[in-house]
Amino acid sequence: MHLDHSHDTPSALGADARRPDGSRRALRIGLGGPVGSGKTATVAALCRALRQELSLAVVTNDIYTREDAEFLLREAVLPPERITAVETGACPHTAIRDDISANLEAVEDLEDEVGPLDLILVESGGDNLTATFSKGLVDAQIFVIDVAGGDDIPRKGGPGVTTADLLVVNKTDLAPYVGSDLGRMAADAKAQRAELPVVFQSLRTGDGVKDVAAWVRAQLAVWTA
Amino acid sequence: MSRAALLVLADGRFPAGGHAHSGGAEAAVRAGRITGGASLEEFCRGRLHTAGLVAASLAAAAVLGVRVGELDAAADARTPSPALRAVARKLGRQLMRAARATWPSDELDAVAREFPKGAHQPLVLGLAARAAGLGALDAAHCAAYESVSGPASAVVRLLSLDPFEATGVLARLAPEVDRVADRAVEAARGVVAEGVGVLPAASAPLLEIGAEGHAGWGVRLFAS
Amino acid sequence: MTTSGVRAFARMVARADGRGGTALPILEGEGPLAPRRTRGSGGEARVMLVGAMGGPLGGDVFAVRAAVESGARLRVGSAAATIALPGQSKGAARYDVRLDVADGAELHWLPEQLISAQGSDLYVTTRVGLGAGARLVLREEQVLGRAGEQPGRLSSRLTVCVEGRTLLDQELACGPGAPGGWDGPAVLGGHRAVGQLVVVRPEFAWEPVAARVVGEGAAIMPLAGPAVLVSAVAADALRLRRVLDEALADLG
Repeated sequence: MHLDHSHDTPSALGADARRPDGSRRALRIGLGGPVGSGKTATVAALCRALRQELSLAVVTNDIYTREDAEFLLREAVLPPERITAVETGACPHTAIRDDISANLEAVEDLEDEVGPLDLILVESGGDNLTATFSKGLVDAQIFVIDVAGGDDIPRKGGPGVTTADLLVVNKTDLAPYVGSDLGRMAADAKAQRAELPVVFQSLRTGDGVKDVAAWVRAQLAVWTA
Repeated sequence: MSRAALLVLADGRFPAGGHAHSGGAEAAVRAGRITGGASLEEFCRGRLHTAGLVAASLAAAAVLGVRVGELDAAADARTPSPALRAVARKLGRQLMRAARATWPSDELDAVAREFPKGAHQPLVLGLAARAAGLGALDAAHCAAYESVSGPASAVVRLLSLDPFEATGVLARLAPEVDRVADRAVEAARGVVAEGVGVLPAASAPLLEIGAEGHAGWGVRLFAS
Repeated sequence: MTTSGVRAFARMVARADGRGGTALPILEGEGPLAPRRTRGSGGEARVMLVGAMGGPLGGDVFAVRAAVESGARLRVGSAAATIALPGQSKGAARYDVRLDVADGAELHWLPEQLISAQGSDLYVTTRVGLGAGARLVLREEQVLGRAGEQPGRLSSRLTVCVEGRTLLDQELACGPGAPGGWDGPAVLGGHRAVGQLVVVRPEFAWEPVAARVVGEGAAIMPLAGPAVLVSAVAADALRLRRVLDEALADLG
């Protein structure tokens, strides 16, 4: 049973690395990207890959429904008390970037209610290429695009593609069908992102979410070091 | 006191969670009661003189130092809808976070400790105004204005209403916002002398009933 | 306040008679307010408020006091709707109702509608104080205007306290001269009948009622204490009564 620290000390204000009681809070990783690129599927796959070794929870930011949260519940990737949906008033990028107060309540409540937690995944509602997470909310962010959205997205850049700590190019299994050139996407991403990592993945074939899970583990190792 | 502090607090971009709420406008749009600029204006006017007046009075009373616990109970009694009470506390908690980061104060810290799950938003607004060095009338203005600006910006998204029309609605309501703020401060002064029983209790049945319906929707753009 | 209007006062006290029934040691009224005892049932005493004249008219001051003492059960109704009418005197009419329900007592306060006729101006206050374990069913219905006429000015404030703690404090203001937007989409939206049903039961503290919508324009709303408010708007008095009855039946 955990202690309800909030009665003793007012909760943390922003991205403080410590909880009010002085213990280290969970690492928070944001997942953003355009509608339909596979953010929720990636979150689900990460939960399955990591839930045996880590105590984790998920916050979803849906645009106008609780569908993402409900998908995760239906897939039973985590117990329901570890999944929280934040409502965003038709503006998902506002809730993860400009006014993060509701998301901060959600992550803190999860730590209070099901903690201690190692990792919280904060999933953005599907938005445009400029939507990035505030550093006041997450410690690192993953931007998920897919090959079917057009192989010129890496070239076009934008804050998500350019600055995310990890760029995931999803649905590589579809590339032959939609005429996307993976080599060109990789070269464009390299040009936009210099040394920042890029993962090409298909959740339907091969190693699935393995590379992204490995990246998350590495982030966590740095966080807890 | 800095007048510009009022602009910071009243700014729609102040990160306190308001953007995800429509103030009942989403339910009224769905019910066909808001269909354009004119009905938005009547909606806002009704909300201003009911929920807005109550919120402004609570905010002003908090600035004047009325005990927060008493104001919070008075806010509960004036908010029969449990969905709206939950929203008020949620927004109160979010505003508390933003206010403490913006205007650090021992008083805000103490109230955050007393209400870990949030006090009613209007009285947190009053305390935030106090921490920012603002007065009761400032806080009342802020609360009264929020009671109409929230629905107006939500309806721009809900109906694709011309944003200039929505802003025009707010400008036309401005003199009434002033009068409500004045009334609220007068009421708050009465509270200091006579207790929270004299706080205005103006109610809007359709806001309360509509909020309960809205809380049960599976698909919606706004949290309330 | 200066008035040359009528002053009317009714008072009743219900007391357990020690044999499982309820006595009415005080039951009195003057002027237009006449309380009459009617046949009760079980341990419950019944009173009917009979309006001997029209009104209240502008300038009139009506007051009703009812006290239900510990262990007593009282049910109060009215013989007909109350109609607020314009009067000769200047100024608003007032109608003040003060109800006290002691620990372990029960009150059903179920008057007929209050109709706000065109040109009238009435301020109603209803204050209910309940002790621990007291039970209450209170209904208020306001009808804005008689058939086809504009409503008068009506303000009605309802306050319910349990053990000194105010659980409900609501005021509705409508009609000409009321603050703007009263008939708009946030407040009444063109509905001409509006009603409240307050139910206080100690068991709500451990068996909370779930909030829910009833029909088109009503909701059952648990308050922050052992009480529930049913708030309703309707096109007319008949439809309003129907939805309030349905909600009350739903609460069991």
